[in-house]
Amino acid sequence: MALDKNGIAQRIAQELRDGWYVNLGIGIPTLVANYIPEGIAIEFQSENGILGMGPFPWEGEEDPDLINAGKQTITALPGAAYFDSAMSFGMIRAKKVQLTVLGAMEVSEYGDIANWKIPGKMVKGMGGAMDLVASAENIIVAMQHTNPRGESKLLSACTLPITGVRCVKKIVTDLAVLAIDQERGFVLLERAPGVSVEEIIAKTAGKIVMDGPVPEMFLPYSAS
Amino acid sequence: MIDKRVAHVDAALEGLEDGMTVLFGGFGLCGIPENTIAAVRSRGTKNLTCICNNAGVDGFGLGLLLETRQIKKMISSYVGENEEFERQMLSGELDVELIPQGTLAERCRAAGSGIPAFYTPAGYGTEVAEGKEIRVFHGKPHILEHAFDASFAFVKAWKGDASGNLVFKGTARNFNPLMAMAGKITVAEVEELVPVGALDPNNIHVPGIFVHRIFQGDRYEKRIENRTVRKRN
Repeated sequence: MALDKNGIAQRIAQELRDGWYVNLGIGIPTLVANYIPEGIAIEFQSENGILGMGPFPWEGEEDPDLINAGKQTITALPGAAYFDSAMSFGMIRAKKVQLTVLGAMEVSEYGDIANWKIPGKMVKGMGGAMDLVASAENIIVAMQHTNPRGESKLLSACTLPITGVRCVKKIVTDLAVLAIDQERGFVLLERAPGVSVEEIIAKTAGKIVMDGPVPEMFLPYSAS
Repeated sequence: MIDKRVAHVDAALEGLEDGMTVLFGGFGLCGIPENTIAAVRSRGTKNLTCICNNAGVDGFGLGLLLETRQIKKMISSYVGENEEFERQMLSGELDVELIPQGTLAERCRAAGSGIPAFYTPAGYGTEVAEGKEIRVFHGKPHILEHAFDASFAFVKAWKGDASGNLVFKGTARNFNPLMAMAGKITVAEVEELVPVGALDPNNIHVPGIFVHRIFQGDRYEKRIENRTVRKRN
């Protein structure tokens, strides 16, 4: 069965490592914060200027001076720090943030990502995405495997204007976990519970390879 | 002590003319100079090129200056959630330049730091890099970006003093310190203008040298764009 948004977030959370600073994009990536493995310390960075971002505030405790990059009201955990936007992107470009998780409209087999513009539609802008993908060493994309028309979002080359070149390291979709290999294309690592390798191959337009049998993902909280 | 205080927001806007390029602090609606925006609207200054991370929402923030068609061009990183903006952009009334957020921040910082241009990896290989000089450092391509050149910077701080020293609260800091550094004339509005000596010199976010005019704003609405909460049981 294909994963829902929480399932994708839960699988990505397994990639978190103790001591990492992590930047989560808007949408599914935000949900990753709900599944931090026990016993590890993670600090969330939001590029509008906070480290140590906490959960949403209790109703009635919202502070208009405390938001994340999605303009949502948030809280700050003990030990948090605020800073200006130049310092924020300074730590991003200087690779102080160990993991970036973001959504995408398309990913190519070389790890190019398109997630900011659809020609002919209202363009809202790239926000901080171009800075993040240009510098981060570890970029995981969280997205559906196919678009609403059923077409693959994993392509040989992006058709939409790209956000960054050869930058994505891993993709977690509702169907599979895939790594990017610059030589070989998408490497199928894991499949969602009950999803066949054939289905994943059929729904992947770019080159896809695998090294031996492909195990099912391990999701301790089962399908949520 | 050099006294930067002006009696009123209108005095703070002296010299603002049609066609100027101006910086506005804030991220979304967080930390925006509400009083200054209202005063620019009443003043009726036209054909402004506004550099601001976002373009406000309908009826608030820079949305107020879009309503009155005082903005000729917006330079931003993200402009969602504003119908009037979308209408003007699609009809061609409004010119829009979208640039990566970190580049926007650094172009402000550079302007306030005497750095005319810098190289950044952000946008390499995308349409943002078109027509720009590319140079490879440590095996990685970077694009040349230039410091902003703006006549005025309008920023908002939590506290300030007559010397122009500023302190921000929470994530309302965002672009404000950088834009304060970048303006040829920087106007700071503060929630609270405190007596000189009341701010701890160890904890000043923007030293007064960058601020030319300061005043205490009033009636801050601080609208929340995206209220997200945990429900109590």
